Amino acid sequence: MARKNKNTGNNNYVNSPPTGLQVIFREFMKDKLAMFSLLLLVIVIVGIFVWTWLGIDQQQLLRVSLRDKFAEPGEKFWLGADQGGKDIVGQMIVGARNSMLIAIAITLITGVFGVAVGLICGYFGGWIDNLFMRIIDFFITIPQLMLIIVFITVVPKYTVGAFILIMSLFLWTGTARLVRSKALSESRRDYVLASKTLGTNDFIIIIREILPNLSSIIIVEMTLNFAGNVGIETGLSYLGFGLPQSTPSLGTLVASANNPLVLQQYWWSWLPAALFILFMMLGINYVGQALRRAADSRQRLG
Amino acid sequence: MWKTIVRRFLIMIPQLFVLSLIIFILAKNMPGDPFTGLITPQTDPARIVELTEKAGLNDPWYVQYMRWVGNAFQGDFGLSYTYKRDVADLIGERALNTFWLSLLSVLLLYLIAIPLGILAGRYQNSRLDKTIVMYSFVTYAIPTFVLGLIFLFLFGYKLEWFPTSGSVDVQYDPGTFSYFWNKIYHIVLPSITYAILGTTGIIQYLRSEIIDAKAMDYVRTARSKGIPMRKVYSKHIFRNSLLPIAAFLGFTITGLLGGSIFIETIFGYPGMGELFVSSILSRDYSVITALVMLFGFLALLGSLLSDIIMSIVDPRIRIE
Repeated sequence: MARKNKNTGNNNYVNSPPTGLQVIFREFMKDKLAMFSLLLLVIVIVGIFVWTWLGIDQQQLLRVSLRDKFAEPGEKFWLGADQGGKDIVGQMIVGARNSMLIAIAITLITGVFGVAVGLICGYFGGWIDNLFMRIIDFFITIPQLMLIIVFITVVPKYTVGAFILIMSLFLWTGTARLVRSKALSESRRDYVLASKTLGTNDFIIIIREILPNLSSIIIVEMTLNFAGNVGIETGLSYLGFGLPQSTPSLGTLVASANNPLVLQQYWWSWLPAALFILFMMLGINYVGQALRRAADSRQRLG
Repeated sequence: MWKTIVRRFLIMIPQLFVLSLIIFILAKNMPGDPFTGLITPQTDPARIVELTEKAGLNDPWYVQYMRWVGNAFQGDFGLSYTYKRDVADLIGERALNTFWLSLLSVLLLYLIAIPLGILAGRYQNSRLDKTIVMYSFVTYAIPTFVLGLIFLFLFGYKLEWFPTSGSVDVQYDPGTFSYFWNKIYHIVLPSITYAILGTTGIIQYLRSEIIDAKAMDYVRTARSKGIPMRKVYSKHIFRNSLLPIAAFLGFTITGLLGGSIFIETIFGYPGMGELFVSSILSRDYSVITALVMLFGFLALLGSLLSDIIMSIVDPRIRIE
């Protein structure tokens, strides 16, 4: 009986080709790990935002209480307290929210800029393409991490906004290169040529005709970029060149492990944040890989 | 062939020029002056003026830039303000440490990645293959500092298998075998961390390369001549698929340099990455500029190396 149902389901697909959402849904149904990651991510992200929005008193969270210095995990603090006697769980939630928001902002800025540059270079070619490709080549060969750190120390009034802009300045090139190569091959297709022959405006061709055809790879690229940005932000915060110290981030929590004593004895103050970063990165990457397979019909599982 | 190399070298020059200009201007704009550590409230203000004048910090920036570039070409990167030493000497000493760390990392990296890539490609879709793909995926997703800290915590502090910081213990005399051995002992854990994190690219490349090769005509020809599959793998497929891996060497070097900032900071290893972080913290900008230039140069050299190896291995992709 179940088998029969499945067959009729398939027949429906044959009648009308599956839409993007159906393909993605089938891909996630086939890959249990990706499905699990997606659910977990959604729960964690929604949970973090709801919790910070409803419950946590930021003042309470940042209050230093020396009596609770490195309190062990127990009834008062689920995961113990850090050097200033601040609750680890609360800091992790606020830190995770900050890290996520920053990673999302960087992903969106680099995404929009990278896609725009990629589309223009790929479609028009010529000197503008040459110019941007030289710039991108330059960005790819320089030691990015070092320059980001130098930039961060140079900025006079260092804020979260400045951090996002500095990161975006360096991280748009990958997306631009990918989109350019796809737009280049897309702009030679018959449908684009036909549209050109009809006299359609170039920008309408780019936005209404080429962009929708690249949407799947752009979504995949941005998902994976998001994971990468979480990694870079927390990494820089870990080194002490990320968010300002007063802003809790997952990276600053892990940074307390730079003190060998903390690393060794008060493991609860850094290990949960480190593991949280680890699982978040894994989860986002699994989702990204499933989306990538869904976007490419040769790799699909479902 | 030679044309390709020369052309690539020529492309490097403007890139290095732009990089040097950017880094010089940035360094000049760093907050605080490099004497911050030397000056106490008791210092005579005239002495500060004299120091500034002597260091040439009052000249216009382009004069300072030209002087810096001129000196850099002669191997003189100035004096480190915090270490009171020649920057070139200081970096030279640290570079040697980073070199040993990188060497062991690359060796371990290839030692892990090549067998895994071959096995995954040969036994495609087997359980082994799936495990290896999973492994390469997980290591791709883990940030360097997270794995580094967890390893340091587990193997350094909890199990006490490896030393937790430094490059050599003090009780050994330079030149003896135990000194050398102790040095290696110190770089094992950081190298393993780096090697594990860097394997993804090579494993995936090798795997897909071998899977593609299986369907090639030359493999079918070899099979139809009656050569056993085992021999086809060892004599035909692996030889073809392994060559391009050599070209990863250049990119591996570039990646190592970026990773060294994290790895050396975590494991307290006195190399160039650690020097960079501590110089940033102490605003020692003669060291910072020199290090960024050196890293930029090495990264360019790495990608050049990759291109050269690639064009030797595969003549089809030579730049015309």
